[in-house]
Amino acid sequence: MPSQRTPQRARRTWRSESFRGLIYQVLALLAVGFAIGYLANNTVANMAARGIQSGFGFLTQPAGFDIGESVIAYQSLDPYWKAFLVGLLNTLRVALVGIVFATVLGALLGIGRFSKNALVRGLCYGYVEIFRNVPVLLQLFMWYLVFTEFLPPIFDPVSIGGLFFLSKNGFSFPVPVWSTGQALAGLGALIGLFIAVVYRRMVRRQFELTGQMRSMLLVPGTIILTMAIGGWLAGGAPNDWSIPKPEGFVMQGGASATPEFLALLLGLVLYTSAFIAEVVRSGIASVSHGQVEAAQSLGLSQAHSMRLVILPQSLRVIIPPMTSQYLNITKNSSLAVSIGYPDIVSIANTGLNQTGRAVECIAVIMAVYLTVSLSTSAFMNWYNKRAAIKER
Amino acid sequence: MNRLFEPIAPRPAPVRTEGLLPWLRTNLFGDPLSIIVTLGFGALAIYWLPPLFSWLISQAIFQADADLCQKARGVGACWGVVTEKYRLIVFGRYPYEQHWRPELATSLLVALLVASCVQAFWKKWLIGVWVVVVGAFFVLMRGGPFGLEVVTSDLWGGLPLTIMLAAFSIVLAFPLSILIALGRRSDLPAIRSLCIVYVELIRGVPLISVLFMASFLFPLFMPVGKSPDVLVRVLAGITLFAAAYLAETVRGGLQAIPKGQIEAAQSLGMTYWQTQRKIVLPQALAIVVPGVMNNFIAIFKDTSLVTIVSLYELTGALGLALNSDANWRPFKIEAYLFITLIYFVFCFAMSRYSLWIEKRVSVSKTR
Repeated sequence: MPSQRTPQRARRTWRSESFRGLIYQVLALLAVGFAIGYLANNTVANMAARGIQSGFGFLTQPAGFDIGESVIAYQSLDPYWKAFLVGLLNTLRVALVGIVFATVLGALLGIGRFSKNALVRGLCYGYVEIFRNVPVLLQLFMWYLVFTEFLPPIFDPVSIGGLFFLSKNGFSFPVPVWSTGQALAGLGALIGLFIAVVYRRMVRRQFELTGQMRSMLLVPGTIILTMAIGGWLAGGAPNDWSIPKPEGFVMQGGASATPEFLALLLGLVLYTSAFIAEVVRSGIASVSHGQVEAAQSLGLSQAHSMRLVILPQSLRVIIPPMTSQYLNITKNSSLAVSIGYPDIVSIANTGLNQTGRAVECIAVIMAVYLTVSLSTSAFMNWYNKRAAIKER
Repeated sequence: MNRLFEPIAPRPAPVRTEGLLPWLRTNLFGDPLSIIVTLGFGALAIYWLPPLFSWLISQAIFQADADLCQKARGVGACWGVVTEKYRLIVFGRYPYEQHWRPELATSLLVALLVASCVQAFWKKWLIGVWVVVVGAFFVLMRGGPFGLEVVTSDLWGGLPLTIMLAAFSIVLAFPLSILIALGRRSDLPAIRSLCIVYVELIRGVPLISVLFMASFLFPLFMPVGKSPDVLVRVLAGITLFAAAYLAETVRGGLQAIPKGQIEAAQSLGMTYWQTQRKIVLPQALAIVVPGVMNNFIAIFKDTSLVTIVSLYELTGALGLALNSDANWRPFKIEAYLFITLIYFVFCFAMSRYSLWIEKRVSVSKTR
């Protein structure tokens, strides 16, 4: 038997790839560690030289500044952490409303690029090219200027049917007066939703067994609506609306959005919808024409082939870039600081100027955005997995 | 049987499908809905276009006369504000008599950027040209040698600053992003996780927070009393920000290279760096040119944010030019439209180039 001597593997020499890798990694970590240590050391020295205090203790001290608009009750003597919370909620508010509007507008514009009508195609194309090629900050400035300079003063607002009012002080609109009726209606809708989901499952199972199709939208929709109206009636059918009424320099009743909020929302929505339109367009274009023809040859109607063949396939392409557009809208809402909408960045900036604790305030901003970004991408990844191809 | 010859009726001439009229018929009046839409937009155009035209052009005031503009308010646009202030808007606070310097420096830089977009110039010597032009740019802007008056960087502003920030940050970020992208695909876990953390950290926060960091925290990070100029700090901030996004673009290109290429290189006995330099990167970078271009457009637009940390680039210079002048402040919207046009021209041209190069790249891939 010939002796098969395996060559002695040089483990701890420069010739071993794994050993070299280890050395590289240790060196990289050391370099990063030293860099961080150096910066931290400098920071401490600088802070000592300038007499800056550090630590998050200031969060419990009274903030001492007013905030123009807030979802929760806030006074200027409330502590800093509450001011930051107000800012966070304002950021989330404008981001969520913006995402909804931008998605609807963007989807319409994206689908419009496939219109049979050349005018619609051209207008959608022109919109996309104009709005995505101009910095969003500039657009915000322009909308803010329009809202604060070109609208009439509050004592002479533009009125739409005596219900909606638009003036330099913002947009006022009627809201229902909250009472048990609305709560019961909400509860009814929730129960209806549950029944509708159960019904849809039943219908789907029957379809898979027998091939018989039944309405998947109309009947569940009716169930939800009936339950909601039932709840509303059970609560005494309240229909009190608080309608805004201009009285000199104030608007009585109703709810209102400030010009800062409106300018930020409009700027973000118009800018982002141009990007979303491109995402939707490329998603639809990615479904090959053969798929449409196959659906037609199977006898599917236009609506069915859209819902069952084209949309599920294009959604797979659309979701990942859509996620990053949603994150962009959230991150771009930080531009609020330039027009004075009290979002988290602008409040942290005020806090920074008042307390001088730059490290802490910027850490708060970054932590907030990182949390929002990472949780959004986690959710969208989960949704994306559901929509992905089920491969064998 | 008398069989008479009966010619069958001639077929109708084929329907014309090309030319203006058939195009109009299918694209504007194809079906009832389409007709309604066309007529609706037509009515809107008849209603809106004449007043828009008269506001923009026929009733607009073009000479720099604030009183005339005041009289024409609401009737015609006041382009006089542009005539009066365009030097301030475009060059910011740079000394008026020296405006030829940023003009020349920026023209050089733009010319080089355009030249860098031409495939024929993608040679080694282009790097040398870049070094020379960047040096010339700073000499022209800063002054000092050749008897040029020194202009400190806090006076730089307007379009030169916008172009400079965008161009230099992307050029500096590019090598960095290649390293990060390679690191993210590395087999070494420590290096891979460092790169992932960096990219996700930067991509998770808005640019404005990075700029705040550059303007408030970088001075604290440096040794006591040795803080660099705010322009340098902001440039560093934008570079670090752009590098994370660029790294993801480059990583996309790296992923598109089939594994066989790397294995072939290894079987030839190439080392890791030889493989990357000679096999992987040349192919990957050719693919990512359109993506890099899109990143450049994004950064170009994002430079407008530095106005929030008090650097007066194009958007900031406009505020500087108008906010303190009560005569012209009412016509800010016209000035905004002017710089909107500047941004649009730059970004639109770049996005066209990006599309064109994307087509070229895909042509070379199809067989």
